[in-house]
Amino acid sequence: MSDIWEGLVAGFWLVASLDADLVEITLRSLQVTLTAVVIASAIGLPFGAWLAIRRFRHRRAAIALLNALMGLPPVVVGLIVYLLLSRAGPFGVFNLLFTPTAMIIAQVIIITPLIASIAHQAIRDIWADYHDLLISLSTTGGQRIRTLLWDGRRALMTASLAGFGRAIGEVGAIMIVGGNIDHATRVLTTAIALETGKGDFALALGLGFVLIGLAVAVNLAIHAIGRTESEGKW
Amino acid sequence: MVTPILPLTMTGAVVKRRGKTLLGPVDLDITAQGFTIVMGPNGAGKTKLLRALHGIERLAAGTVTWQVPVREAQERQAFVFQAPIMLRRSVQDNLAYPLRLRGVAKKDANARAAHWADRVGLGDALGRSAPRLSGGEKQKLALARALIRDPDIIFLDEPCANLDGRATREIEAILKEAQAGGTRIVMATHDIGQAKRLADTVVFLMHGKIIENRPAKAFFAGPQTPQAVALLHGDIVE
Amino acid sequence: MIRLLTLVLAFCASSATAETLRMAVTTSFHNSGLSDVLLPAIEEDTGITVELLIVGTGQALRLGEAGDVDAILVHSRAAEEAFVNAGYGTHRREIMYNDFVIIGPQDDPAGVNGLAAATAALSAIARTKSVFVSRGDDSGTHKKELALWGDAGVVPEGAWYRPVGAGMGAALNTAAAMDAYILADRASWLNFGNKADLALLFAGDPLLFNQYAYIPVNPQRHDHVKADLVLALEDWLTSAPARDLINGYQINGETLFTFNAIAPAE
Repeated sequence: MSDIWEGLVAGFWLVASLDADLVEITLRSLQVTLTAVVIASAIGLPFGAWLAIRRFRHRRAAIALLNALMGLPPVVVGLIVYLLLSRAGPFGVFNLLFTPTAMIIAQVIIITPLIASIAHQAIRDIWADYHDLLISLSTTGGQRIRTLLWDGRRALMTASLAGFGRAIGEVGAIMIVGGNIDHATRVLTTAIALETGKGDFALALGLGFVLIGLAVAVNLAIHAIGRTESEGKW
Repeated sequence: MVTPILPLTMTGAVVKRRGKTLLGPVDLDITAQGFTIVMGPNGAGKTKLLRALHGIERLAAGTVTWQVPVREAQERQAFVFQAPIMLRRSVQDNLAYPLRLRGVAKKDANARAAHWADRVGLGDALGRSAPRLSGGEKQKLALARALIRDPDIIFLDEPCANLDGRATREIEAILKEAQAGGTRIVMATHDIGQAKRLADTVVFLMHGKIIENRPAKAFFAGPQTPQAVALLHGDIVE
Repeated sequence: MIRLLTLVLAFCASSATAETLRMAVTTSFHNSGLSDVLLPAIEEDTGITVELLIVGTGQALRLGEAGDVDAILVHSRAAEEAFVNAGYGTHRREIMYNDFVIIGPQDDPAGVNGLAAATAALSAIARTKSVFVSRGDDSGTHKKELALWGDAGVVPEGAWYRPVGAGMGAALNTAAAMDAYILADRASWLNFGNKADLALLFAGDPLLFNQYAYIPVNPQRHDHVKADLVLALEDWLTSAPARDLINGYQINGETLFTFNAIAPAE
């Protein structure tokens, strides 16, 4: 119990004093995860919509596969990305291992299936509603996807937020591909793992509370934006 | 001079679901002018017939032929569904949507949307959420949205089925105005009074087949099939 | 989309500047806190920013083999020599040493406190089947521990022997939670914040000395390796300022490292 209390106190002082290292790794956490969420959303949302409106032979199998990929173990993703980006691997020449870019790539792979899957479910409901109208107006495939993404944007925001939640708290993959290098690839989660390893539970827990606070703040901010935008409409 | 898309010819059209024939075979000509009412009991195939004419129902057999290529014909017709489909947007954005699909500039589309909202009595509701309108308002919005691209022909599937008298009268007024403006109208209903008020031609369906297709006056004066007689008499027809 | 991605990749790839060098070091070295003293001095004296990858010796060697780091600083002589002989590294340069200690529960059920030799201490732990946590991660510390078991003539097996497959800190946390014996480097132990009921029970046997060596990754195998910076860093690590910082580094008044680099023959 006293450990948790010390953690709260440590977390409070870290935030209150705007500790330079804390600010740095917090901003890096945000930079890596927000970039990953933007890229994963740009891929996952249209793909989820496409999967909802398109009929093809192995559609059910594709959806089942997508849902299974939601459970991709981050450590395995990290290891595979590591081997791909290593100097000895196929993409070694880009010199990306142990950079924030490598961490972004790993997170994109981890959260794209999650975002696509939630988007698919949300879009499927709207599509059932809109189907006849959009067919009747002889819309093109692209117009359908754009319409569904736009009108489903609130549900889709939830999909992106779920991706954000999974990515911001993820440690297994980014530890492997980022290397937790001080002032280069250290983020909140890897710093927590490091401090835990040193037995400094108070600092680790303090960072943990900062991480939780960050996740909550981003969620609240986005919901606030969503609410203002839709005020008085639906 | 734009090539007219009508008349429209349906030949040997059949619609099936899981091996069961729901419509047809049906032969039907829709001439360039007028107001056609499709009548018949529930399950007779009225909805399937309209959807097949509109080209959104897959035909197991038969053809639907327009005077222009089907791709162009699709762009020049519209459909109003029995349960109006509202985009999860404002009234104005619902009206502007078909125009925006055609690449009409946002400003022009919004202006025309406002004009049409006025015409159907929704001028004060431009900013309201379409899915939250009342049933009558939704159907008027759906009708205005169907007419906003100035279609050559419009299909309506029992648009007044769930509406009260006042909303029904408003919708009928809009339809008459559209007809006067040159729009061909094909509408399903089982409201005999409405059919008498609006129809130039009556198509009577039973069990997926057309059993009468005659000018309205002749139909109401002397229905030729026992089922039509029974229907007009007020009996239950199955 | 693809264009954007390429742009991002290009941007990040170019942001790794020429004056940055990547070195893989062992967890024990980093946990000692010595790197926090050395890195700023290195940057000030040579202008080189050293990025540390903190891993076990096994992974450090793999990183060197793949060319993912420019140099390694580890402590496992046999593995280091094999690494250099296989051509992955140019040479092995001894820098300093510290020592391993045996940590265990304060009441010392195996009675290792006061024994004369490290091998006797391990034999006592095995005989009494006292719980022993092993790193089990192919790290330098793990290899050292296995070598000591061999010297003691004991095959560590059974429910009392717990390989956890984790770094030094995590293994110490596990030992603290289980009230177990564990082999740790002195620096990690002194810096460890969660000692619970554990205490330092045995130290001082020369067998427990732990030699750190610096190995540049072979630029003939990996031409992207920053050979100039690697040599400059080696010169610094074997210089007088490095000697003073290393010998002078203390935790709680205890000296941890002994500088023993030999100046190159003229």
